[in-house]
Amino acid sequence: MSDLMVDIQNLTFSRGDRLIYDGMSMRVKRGQVTAIMGPSGIGKTTLLKLIGGQLKPDQGDILFQGRSIPKMSRAELYQTRKSMSMLFQSGALFSELSVFDNVAFPIREHTKLPESLIRTMVLMKLEAVGLRGARDLMPSELSGGMARRAALARAIALDPELIMYDEPFAGQDPISMGIVVKLIRELNNALGLTSIVVSHDVAEVMSIADYVYLVAEKRVIGEGTPEQLRQHESPLVQQFLKGEADGAVPFHYKAAPYADELMELL
Amino acid sequence: MLLDRVQRLGATTLQSIAGLGKAALMLAGAVFGKPNVRKGLPLLIKQLYVVGVLSLLIILVSGLFIGMVLGLQGYTVLVKFGAEGMLGPLVALSLLRELGPVVTALLFAGRAGSALTAEIGLMKATEQLSSMEMMAVDPLRRIIAPRFWAGVISMPLLAIIFTAVGILGGHLVGVDWLGVDAGSYWSSMQANVDLHQDVFNGIIKSIVFAFVVMAIALHKGFDAVPTSEGIAKATTETVVTASLAVLAFDFVLTALMFGG
Repeated sequence: MSDLMVDIQNLTFSRGDRLIYDGMSMRVKRGQVTAIMGPSGIGKTTLLKLIGGQLKPDQGDILFQGRSIPKMSRAELYQTRKSMSMLFQSGALFSELSVFDNVAFPIREHTKLPESLIRTMVLMKLEAVGLRGARDLMPSELSGGMARRAALARAIALDPELIMYDEPFAGQDPISMGIVVKLIRELNNALGLTSIVVSHDVAEVMSIADYVYLVAEKRVIGEGTPEQLRQHESPLVQQFLKGEADGAVPFHYKAAPYADELMELL
Repeated sequence: MLLDRVQRLGATTLQSIAGLGKAALMLAGAVFGKPNVRKGLPLLIKQLYVVGVLSLLIILVSGLFIGMVLGLQGYTVLVKFGAEGMLGPLVALSLLRELGPVVTALLFAGRAGSALTAEIGLMKATEQLSSMEMMAVDPLRRIIAPRFWAGVISMPLLAIIFTAVGILGGHLVGVDWLGVDAGSYWSSMQANVDLHQDVFNGIIKSIVFAFVVMAIALHKGFDAVPTSEGIAKATTETVVTASLAVLAFDFVLTALMFGG
């Protein structure tokens, strides 16, 4: 079997009249943590939905384990989705189910295991994210960080091969951020997962990723291991990594000259 | 220039019709597809409780009052002709043929339809539907189908309860308060109400209304723009569209059933 988990070839996608990706290619290797970084508003979540088959590309192809996602029938797609899993930014826990039932949900939906075994599995997953004691709480009673960990437990419930994280670090306090960073790396190694992390938190991503893609202006502007990326010569890559306010990406949104606009009022 | 615009209008129209057709097919596939009894039944029962049982109070109270008003209004007119003995059929036929199915559907759209739209819209906004899809669970089957069938089953039952309570309400005012003879209230009702013409047709109406209200409520929720304004708009649209559709269908059905 090839060592590529996801192979994005020449992807073009637009939403309405707005072109989001223009001939972008990207490869995710099995067993690695691959990070996709870029400024907000470039459609990183869209990319994950394209891989998950919730959206279809205008052109190009997305291969998952060598099979084309956009060309799959509905039934094949649902079958394939059982081996991938996605952690949404909000956690997206089912609000009417307790933490335990949330984690049990995919197991109950896709297997006919007896309840005692499901209990063991759920407790195992919750133990892995440190929330075994919170199993009877409802999602509304969890803090943001706990909700994300509970969602992570649900995402690994069926032992997927690929797990996609959508902005896992956004809006977390330093402690829960540290927990999530540790969990992503440890789960990847312990369960033999392949992980895709979409984020714009440079420090955290550079600390856990094996390979990083930097996406901006509808395409990949830089790629490599974190070390290679730090040495990258492109001013855009350097501006993003160092978080400078002005540079290749200008501070000002495209506008007419300031002086002209002020004169118009007179 | 003009041709270009016509062309674009045509393309948009075709696209939206194709989209509507696709949505309808998907919904139909999920709703009428082979049911999974082991998983589906508990979900259906829960929704029957939420959609049906919890609507019972408003249906009971409204039915009682509408029956009482019918009794009062009917009596004041009928007594002028000395025909107050016909109060029973008047109350029963009004409720069976029109008010039972129609008012139940309107109340149901306001009470349960709006709640369903808001619930599903919010599930969409919080990415719950999306995450369910990523877990290879079809939200149409898991979320939409049980709610749809719960509505379709419970609305005719609620209409029957509404009608029965209304007839008792008419009895309360006409017989117990205004002194119409109890025997003539019931016997003239028995003589004038036809099982097929009146009872069955009323139930058929109610079943049609149930399909219409549920399809509108669920579609609006599933299709809502996932923001607070979007959900507010979808909820309002559900009540308005469903109410108007019920009244329009009522006219058509009445014309078909009683017009000839």
